[in-house]
Amino acid sequence: MLYRETGQFKTDYAADQQLFPIRQDRIAIVVLLAVAFAGVPLAAQTPALAGAIDFNYWFNGVLIPFLIFALAALGLNILTGYAGLLSLGTAAFMAVGAFAAYNFELRVPGIPMLLSFILAGIVAALVGIVFGLPSLRIRGFYLAVATLAAQFFVVWALTKFAWFSNNSSSGVITAQKLVVLGYALDTPIKRYLLVLVIVSVMALAAKNMVRSSIGRAWMAVRDMDVAAEVVGIPIMKTKLLAFAISSFYCGVAGALYAFAYLGTVEPAGFELDLSFRILFMIIIGGVGSILGSFLGAAFIVLLPIFMDLSATSIERSFGLALPSGLVSNLTLIIFGALIVFFLVVEPLGLARLWQIAKEKLRLWPFPH
Amino acid sequence: MQFFFEVLIGGLLAGVMYSLVALGFVLIYKASGVFNFAQGAMVFFAALTTVGFISMGAPFWLAATLSLAAMVALAFLTERVVLRPLVNQPQITLFMATIGLTFFIEGVAQLTWGAQVHALDLGIADEPIEWLLDHAGMNISKFDLVASGIAAALVTVLAVFFNKTRTGRALRAVADDHQAALAVGISLQNIWVIVWATAGFVALVTGLLWGARNGVQFALTFLALKALPVLVLGGFDSIAGAIVGGLIIGASEKLAEVYIGPHVGGGIESWFPYVLALAFLLVRPEGLFGERRIDRV
Amino acid sequence: MAERGATGAPLLEVDGVSLAFGGVVALQGVSFDVRQHEIRAIIGPNGAGKSSMLNVINGVYHPQQGTVAFKGRKRRRVDPHQAAIEGIARTFQNIALFRGMSVLDNLMTGRNLKMRRNFLQQALYLGAARREELEHRKSVEAVIDFLEIQHIRRTPVGRLPYGLQKRVELGRALAAEPEVLLLDEPMAGMNLEEKQDMSRFILDVNDQMGTTIVLIEHDMSVVMDLSDRVVVLDYGRKIADGTPEEVRNNKAVVDAYLGVAH
Repeated sequence: MLYRETGQFKTDYAADQQLFPIRQDRIAIVVLLAVAFAGVPLAAQTPALAGAIDFNYWFNGVLIPFLIFALAALGLNILTGYAGLLSLGTAAFMAVGAFAAYNFELRVPGIPMLLSFILAGIVAALVGIVFGLPSLRIRGFYLAVATLAAQFFVVWALTKFAWFSNNSSSGVITAQKLVVLGYALDTPIKRYLLVLVIVSVMALAAKNMVRSSIGRAWMAVRDMDVAAEVVGIPIMKTKLLAFAISSFYCGVAGALYAFAYLGTVEPAGFELDLSFRILFMIIIGGVGSILGSFLGAAFIVLLPIFMDLSATSIERSFGLALPSGLVSNLTLIIFGALIVFFLVVEPLGLARLWQIAKEKLRLWPFPH
Repeated sequence: MQFFFEVLIGGLLAGVMYSLVALGFVLIYKASGVFNFAQGAMVFFAALTTVGFISMGAPFWLAATLSLAAMVALAFLTERVVLRPLVNQPQITLFMATIGLTFFIEGVAQLTWGAQVHALDLGIADEPIEWLLDHAGMNISKFDLVASGIAAALVTVLAVFFNKTRTGRALRAVADDHQAALAVGISLQNIWVIVWATAGFVALVTGLLWGARNGVQFALTFLALKALPVLVLGGFDSIAGAIVGGLIIGASEKLAEVYIGPHVGGGIESWFPYVLALAFLLVRPEGLFGERRIDRV
Repeated sequence: MAERGATGAPLLEVDGVSLAFGGVVALQGVSFDVRQHEIRAIIGPNGAGKSSMLNVINGVYHPQQGTVAFKGRKRRRVDPHQAAIEGIARTFQNIALFRGMSVLDNLMTGRNLKMRRNFLQQALYLGAARREELEHRKSVEAVIDFLEIQHIRRTPVGRLPYGLQKRVELGRALAAEPEVLLLDEPMAGMNLEEKQDMSRFILDVNDQMGTTIVLIEHDMSVVMDLSDRVVVLDYGRKIADGTPEEVRNNKAVVDAYLGVAH
């Protein structure tokens, strides 16, 4: 009843090509954006709510990392989900972005911060192209070896060559203060809004790309590259572009990771397990789906928090002291089981489950 | 010159260890077409379980046998919960499922036995062989030599098993074409359980040897990753390739660290095998011993 | 036999093509031509080298000997991308659709070569990129209308029945507005109705768009009805070349392939 499309028909292709062709979807997304851009910051500033809810924790510990990981997941989804090129080196490209942004800020006096971020993304894109070159000869798992080489090499290089970290020991860098367009972004709300704007813009760009010819070229190369070549799609250019754009996204995510989230990062914080985490986000969220990147990131960010909260409340209600490491091990077990579960039950992840839910909603209250 | 040989042989012997891990991969890949990322976790789990039982007072042989039983149980579980539901899915899906399996096994292992590093004593000392030290001036560990011997024996047994027995033939049939194997009456489920249990046994041997050398710790799971360059070199479906590949990776890694390392700050063994494998792939995309794939259009 | 417009000068000339894979000889010294606007069938028993011949024409395989001339330009090696640029489109025996995409998207990939906007413009999707996308959507919709597949345009092709997938694959080839269409067993596995539909489409493409068609087919009645001329291959060699009537009565062809009525 609520989700009927009756009466909504399209009279030109432009209307049919819209991002949100169904009116209810349009309303929903406007509401979501309003809440995200205006509602949340306003709520955080009303004294009554601010007293009851620890907004700083929610910004710093949940919303900001969620957005940043969603951006990295978007990057990985472009490469692995849309173009079908398996990558285990996402964290390395994030590291490149973080360290590149730091170095631009450090060595180019007066450079606008947004420009640093963009340049950092471009540097990451170039590194991505270099490590993506093997994809022209190598396929499938073998390509995973190339991205692993990138992962280990980049972390090693950033640690060994002190220039990258301005001669600090073990490569630790402290990001400079966030100052964008003259405004100092020193509160969680301001950082959140910056990250929200950047991620929203880049998500829109990603959505536009995947529904255009470049997106179709990626999916064609993923599905059957011999046929793609026969149809005239330039395989080399398509694959390298996938690496470049994906790494750009991961690079910007890495820069935000350092500047708007952690503040202090080191190469060891961009190890293989982070790459796996982001891979999990797209498996659970949905490969080949923009929405899926967000859903997966939300899930992976929220699950450990949920586990911690459950553990704490169990400890409190039963007066137990749970052994340390129990929660982290249980989280590992649940992650592992969930990956297998999703792959068996719904390989297209949460995004597909969402689509199925919408289809059922269309028919509600009728069963079919 | 002596030093070179010492490093070389040390590298070869370390390579034997890599070969063992790669062997587990090859077994599973050969028989079920699955790239089992969880092999490293299985090595960790097997070693940890053995050590756990030992610390509970069991003698070594009992502990090892119980671990083997645990690995067989794991094989059953994996076949039932992971492989059977995903039987017709593309390779990449199965690969990702084994990544999930990895985390699951790690969590269970640590939950059961704790996360500290455990020492494992197999009764073979990690000392230089006196004869070689005295006569050739080379420092080569007894332990490494014994480990190589065990690995060689294991490989021979497996090679014979694959090529000469009926079950081995069935395994190769399944690797080639699931549907065809079913059509001639081979039970996929049984085969998979056998293969994963065998890989579990290999994991146990590997885990015990590695654990005795380096202590049983979480880092063992990352052995899986070291096996990747080995598999790239040797091909994913060749036992001989796993051995040769392991030796090459082990030797080149050590040699690179010793001879190239000092010029660039050291620590290059973290990435050198991968870059080597990568360079190799560019020249020969299917590995030394792998089969050339021909796609029919 | 249908009366169709006069066929023109040779568009495609295969000259002395030999192809072998290791020890297996697929084609031996095959020569024939395809005239503009005609429908040329390639027939022969299984393993005769028919698909290999198509693969050589559009560059998927490179022959060891011989050349293929398209529009007068002779070459031995061409890559599929180049062939597509020159105006050769094809379908495959084992359906080579992009399973993860919808019918509409699959057809749109057929027009990829014609889309000039770069990824940055597409990321912004304002002005030029948007106009280009809509313009090509219009062309693709014309193909969708022609093939009567409007009702499945948003369906992922992996979910379609076999017959419709074959039709979509034809659509993708047509979306490229090719000069030459190579069809590898377009009617394999179809029932009578589907074959009639497909025959109608092929004839209409040839008639209305003037597209030259090279067609591999096993169903003899289809071949006789649709084609202007036929090439017969057997064990990689050409054993006959002529109109359907000539070929039908050729003894070598009858012995190797057609057989006689008992």
